[in-house]
Amino acid sequence: MPAEIVERVRARCPDTVVARGEVTAIVERDDLLETLAWLRDDADLALGFCSSVTATDWPGSDPRFWVVYEMLSIEHHHRVRVKVGLAEDDAHVPTVTPLFPTANWLERETHDFYGIVFDGHPDPRPLLLPEGWDGFPLQKTEELGGVNTRFRGAFIPPVDTRTTT
Amino acid sequence: MSDAPTTPTTPHAPTSVDARTGEIRQETMIINMGPQHPSTHGVLRLLMELDGETVIKCTPIIGYLHTGIEKNTEYRTWMQGVTYVTRADYLSPFFNELGYCLAVERLLGVEAPPRAQVIRVLMNELNRISSHLVWLATGGMELGAVSVMLYGFREREVLLDIFEEITGLRMNHAYIRIGGVIMDLPDEGLTKIERFLVEMPPRIDDYERLLDENPIWLERNVGVGRLSADDSLALGVTGPVLRSAGVPADVRKDAPYCGYETYDFDVPVRTEGDAYARYRLRIEEMRESMKIVRQCLDRLREPGPVMIEDPKVAWPAKLSVGPDGIGNDPAYVTHIMEESMEALIHHFKMVTQGVEVPPGEVYQAVESPRGELGFYVVSNGEHLPYRVKIRDPSFVNLQAIPAMVEGSLVADAIAAIASIDPVMGGVDR
Amino acid sequence: MPVERLEGVHLGKTPEEIEEEVRRGVLLTSLDRAVGWARKQSMWPATFGLACCAIEMMSTGAGKYDLSRWGMELFRASPRQADLMIVAGRVSQKMAPVLRRIYDQMPEPRWVISMGVCASAGGMFTNYAIVQGVDTIVPVDVYVPGCPPKPEMLMHGILTLQEKVRTTEPFK
Repeated sequence: MPAEIVERVRARCPDTVVARGEVTAIVERDDLLETLAWLRDDADLALGFCSSVTATDWPGSDPRFWVVYEMLSIEHHHRVRVKVGLAEDDAHVPTVTPLFPTANWLERETHDFYGIVFDGHPDPRPLLLPEGWDGFPLQKTEELGGVNTRFRGAFIPPVDTRTTT
Repeated sequence: MSDAPTTPTTPHAPTSVDARTGEIRQETMIINMGPQHPSTHGVLRLLMELDGETVIKCTPIIGYLHTGIEKNTEYRTWMQGVTYVTRADYLSPFFNELGYCLAVERLLGVEAPPRAQVIRVLMNELNRISSHLVWLATGGMELGAVSVMLYGFREREVLLDIFEEITGLRMNHAYIRIGGVIMDLPDEGLTKIERFLVEMPPRIDDYERLLDENPIWLERNVGVGRLSADDSLALGVTGPVLRSAGVPADVRKDAPYCGYETYDFDVPVRTEGDAYARYRLRIEEMRESMKIVRQCLDRLREPGPVMIEDPKVAWPAKLSVGPDGIGNDPAYVTHIMEESMEALIHHFKMVTQGVEVPPGEVYQAVESPRGELGFYVVSNGEHLPYRVKIRDPSFVNLQAIPAMVEGSLVADAIAAIASIDPVMGGVDR
Repeated sequence: MPVERLEGVHLGKTPEEIEEEVRRGVLLTSLDRAVGWARKQSMWPATFGLACCAIEMMSTGAGKYDLSRWGMELFRASPRQADLMIVAGRVSQKMAPVLRRIYDQMPEPRWVISMGVCASAGGMFTNYAIVQGVDTIVPVDVYVPGCPPKPEMLMHGILTLQEKVRTTEPFK
């Protein structure tokens, strides 16, 4: 990505990291919608396509959850990643579906997996997990699940506790 | 069925007046298509509110194939991740493997050798042809053209035979690995591909002659599932659906990987944005893929390494074709068991612990037959992945179903969904 | 007393069991044999393809490995018209009640083939989302391992099931 594009992003979001040929802008939750709208409307950046919305979980750190938005420019073919950090007890973030309708299902999926609440989402039902699922499976504190087998007196522990590594 | 709305959601539904009581009733019908249904392309459930045959509201409900692949990759080594990821979008396994391996190679800061890159492109394009053949077969069957199903699977058998010759498996090969590919092409593999390149173009001509101007095919596909370019971009749709609306977006051209910028091929684009345009587009893509395969074959004349040299990254085992199929190379087994203790220890460590990837995060996109397939891979420095997120094109493309289907007939809904070509393994992961 | 040993099939009854039955005088009558033959010749599978194994099942039904050689001409969409359910693919927790409902809708006699390791035992996905073997939900007659099983493996499973059907007492 050309250096002046990086500088434009950095001028708006001071916390911008460039690594492995990718640009990552870290923003606060309150600036998220404005920043994404600015990235979309700026003529040189034109990041109007939201490729992916997801999250990662770092238990024990603060912020615990990082919500990651991958933005793509169809005209200029460059990408920028936008990250928002969320604390464990305050896992709320405003929804970006007014700007990018494609984030509808992506945010529902992220909620299913991590329990992050997207405020203002038009349809906050579970997407991939059945109704009434207890817990949020992709959090690091949740187990992989697995077979707890007892056979003829033997006890085979669940799979995630008996990997070779 | 807690998802079903109990009152009709449209105020303009046709009404009927009960002759006895004079009560006015609205008459829409809420039916469930799937998850077990012959025409919904896998386990997709569509909750449709119908006024006669017209669809007023359509809600896709997914999750019936949710496998927890992303969680599973966090508990297995980086190399084992390939076998998980390849089963996400099961009709294009090479693309899944390629995206994942490219992402991990970027994290490691290494590049596969040139011959491995050519082989990767070759297998990907052959996979694109086989995936489009399944689309043609199942799409034709859903619209009633059962002979197209048999033709599509007949060509696909030729391709699966080639895959089995080269990788050992017909589907879900774990062939593309971190650092290259797991083994070089066998001699018969190249001759089979050349024979395929000779036999296939007349077969594609057959399909075109059968379907292009077939009045039934035209009736069912022209004007069906129309989606404009702005709607497509807003909904995040990529791949042939976006290109049929006039936007020439293809990751192979926009952000080339694996040397795609050195190949000579076109990306077909159409402007009508309906199911017929997508059909023509995919047939043309099959021809373009064969062009790329021809160029790959020309580049594979000289031998070369197919796995990276770096011992900290390369998969240590050597595979070769034996009397009972592809397995461990006897010379290599002799080497580690009898000749060299260090090689044995190295082999053991690489196979059980695997690669150690420096911390960081990467998003790698490849152009799968369905659109932009992205991998967001996060590492925290260990020998297990920290997070692997698969941005599957079918998952995002399915959000366009209500926009395409509402207002048309039920039969058009089936044609529209067939033209999106979703694969539920990728949607639900 | 010589025991009738079935050719090349190691399912069904062991020699000891057959001897036991012979002792009790419960061999297959010719009517039983006729019914068993008719049932095995014309089994119609219900479409229950879920994931990758479904594609291999479709390949088995297509031109090269043709299933209609053995009477499975049509894959019935409605379970009420089918007598064989080939569970092809990984069964997620959300899909399990649907699987049971489809099984319940099939009329007797009905058989189940569990195709692939994901259906037989959970496969490589030993996690929260996949049912670890459909035999926890429906009774399975034949397990076909593989990931995915080649069409020849599925055909062997189907032929094994047909042998089992042919030699089972139909009117118990």
